[in-house]
Amino acid sequence: MNNARAAGAPPQRTIDIVNASLKRRYAKERRFRLLGLGAVVLGLLFVALLFADIVGKGYTAFQQTYIQLPVTFDASVIDPEGALDPETLRRANYAALIRKAQREVFPEVTARRDTRALGSMISVGASSHLRDMVLADPDLIGTTKEVWLLADDDIDMLVKGHIDRTLPESERRVKDQTLGWVERLESEGRIEKRFNTIFFTHGTSREPELAGIAGALMGSFYTLALTLLFSFPIGVGAALYLEEFAPKNRWTDLIEVNINNLAAVPSIVFGLLGLAVFIGIFGVPRSTPLIAALVLSLMTLPTIIIASRAALKSVPPSIREAALGVGASPLQTQLHHVLPLAMPGMLTGTIIGMAQALGETAPLLMIGMIAFIVDIPSGFTSPSTVLPVQIFLWADSPERAFVERTSAAIMVLLAFLILMNLTAVLLRRRFERRW
Amino acid sequence: MNRITIAAAVTLAAASLSTQAMARDSVWIAGSSTVFPFSTAVAETFGRESSFPTPKVESLGTGGGFKLFCSGVGVDKSDISNASRAIKLSEFEQCRENGVTEITEVKIGYDGIAIANAKSGPVIDLTLGELWQALAKDVPNDAGELVPNPYKKWSEINKDLPDVAIEVLGPPPTSGTRDAFVELAMEGGCDSFDSIKALKKTDKDKHKAVCHGIREDGAFVEAGENDNLIVQKLVANPNALGIFGYSFLDQNADKVQGAKIDGVEPTFETIADGSYPVSRSIYFYVKNAHVGTIPGIQEYVAEFTNDKAWGPEGYLADKGLIPLPDDMRASVAEQAQALTPMEAPAK
Repeated sequence: MNNARAAGAPPQRTIDIVNASLKRRYAKERRFRLLGLGAVVLGLLFVALLFADIVGKGYTAFQQTYIQLPVTFDASVIDPEGALDPETLRRANYAALIRKAQREVFPEVTARRDTRALGSMISVGASSHLRDMVLADPDLIGTTKEVWLLADDDIDMLVKGHIDRTLPESERRVKDQTLGWVERLESEGRIEKRFNTIFFTHGTSREPELAGIAGALMGSFYTLALTLLFSFPIGVGAALYLEEFAPKNRWTDLIEVNINNLAAVPSIVFGLLGLAVFIGIFGVPRSTPLIAALVLSLMTLPTIIIASRAALKSVPPSIREAALGVGASPLQTQLHHVLPLAMPGMLTGTIIGMAQALGETAPLLMIGMIAFIVDIPSGFTSPSTVLPVQIFLWADSPERAFVERTSAAIMVLLAFLILMNLTAVLLRRRFERRW
Repeated sequence: MNRITIAAAVTLAAASLSTQAMARDSVWIAGSSTVFPFSTAVAETFGRESSFPTPKVESLGTGGGFKLFCSGVGVDKSDISNASRAIKLSEFEQCRENGVTEITEVKIGYDGIAIANAKSGPVIDLTLGELWQALAKDVPNDAGELVPNPYKKWSEINKDLPDVAIEVLGPPPTSGTRDAFVELAMEGGCDSFDSIKALKKTDKDKHKAVCHGIREDGAFVEAGENDNLIVQKLVANPNALGIFGYSFLDQNADKVQGAKIDGVEPTFETIADGSYPVSRSIYFYVKNAHVGTIPGIQEYVAEFTNDKAWGPEGYLADKGLIPLPDDMRASVAEQAQALTPMEAPAK
């Protein structure tokens, strides 16, 4: 600097140096902001892409193809003795009624091979639909009625456009003959897409058109209810003790470190523990909401304890001191004053822990939840599966129609997760107090 | 709060005790993920058409299924084990040690493993030897010495093959499909080289290592257990080949085409008559001690071995099962329905 002045250059003041570098510093800041914005935009883009992909693939699953046929409820088939005995009505051969109805619409189809192909257009579940109709209203016997019957999954895929009609026959799952029948039915207005109630009321099935998420949803519901019952009281109790009552020494430090570590343990480890301890030693039955809830409770406990402790910490000491000052016992102080104030924070942590448990699959692999269970679970100890596992099983099924159903099930799962997280956010907004 | 904790602990204890004493009223099937689609289809039909509850079917893998099956007799052990290979002697002995002495073996059909590429790509015609050369870790050079696999393109192995980089998507080692592929395709392929076949007599372990070793330089990609995913990836990349079960080829015939192996295309007929080389038998095993205690086992076996299920026109054929030949089907069905216990398997 001195040299420069000696050389006759104008004097350089600090402000000049600052001004000279100002442009560069502003540019740096702009770049940093852009980078940050870019990161956010990229993140949102991926989320949008994910949603678009799932919704794009899955929305068609909420509709289902039906075929209308004039079904004659022939008394000689359903109830030959005319006794209206429910057991006879239940066991009658309703598939024969459907075949007969098809013969009426397609009188020209007679060869055995062709009638087989014709029969496979209607789902195997359609006959139980007719049975339910007759059981609900035995007066139907002897009448002829136009009935909308569930179509087979291949026909469903064809009508929804997932099978390309322009492909050569050898590469198409639906053959030319069947395609001709479908087009004729379409021109006669006998094919219709309706809202897919089966998807929400049935358990799983190997036939995509009969597969629903009700069983998995109920399983998830029972599992989450039990998980909440197990983990919330234990978690809050542990947090309360550690934060408010426990002496601060090396042991409590050790426990604290361990709880924090547990929160980071891969969830599959809890599954192995569940298999070895709960199933191996205590004999808890496999594939039930009970065992799933025990394992998931272990998994969510650290999350709940950590969130609850943070909530307790955020209650200012003046509240405790004031309560103690007017003569409340330590227990009264906690239960009457500290706990209510910390509750919103605890609940938020719990809901987030539950949302995590709802979406978890890995620990359930080990305890028999990867199972095909048709019946909708009726209690905590009946065999069941849960929503994410159902998605996993459907994603692995070869039938094409399961692709859209997988995405639809993911949409349902995401809806529940968003709902739960939204509740957590609202709870925090509504009840959180700042001092 | 404490009261709730105690209440929870009591419920838990009561629940675990009460269920232990509870008998099971539905059949419990566990095992191979390859047999899973067939087993579930039968279970569902059985539940719908009989007065018994729908059996529970677990997908644990063949080994996991046998582990559970052979762990003893009792309501908390599985009744039927699905398997994509025959039971091993070690597993059979494990069973026997734990009191599972009478086991009925039911061979249900065949499953082919397809090597396929996208419809937009060329039709591939490979020999097992060429497939092995493309995927093995070490291959013999011109002098017959083993060297790390030098082939980067298919055309370097055989100039009639396409001039594209070798890229094969396959299942990971945990999968039964991978086991079968290694055993049937890789081992079959490497034995077409005389120098390696000779090794089998002199150094069995080395022979196995050479035949079963899959290259790890990126030409073979482990694409996960999900076969649907492999199909999607093949459509996106017409130069890649994929390895998966035949039923996925059957369902996705508009998207992918099966490669010819030794000149034979993977079709229903070629797998059934055994001319397609990469196919295996699939089974299930019944614990005879549970018949009579758990209701519905015998009826389930009868449903499975009925021609309307496993016959050439049956509903399992629609799901991709390749049925046994007629005479064999009849004799297996007879033995299965009589619950004839199997002999100890040869090693």
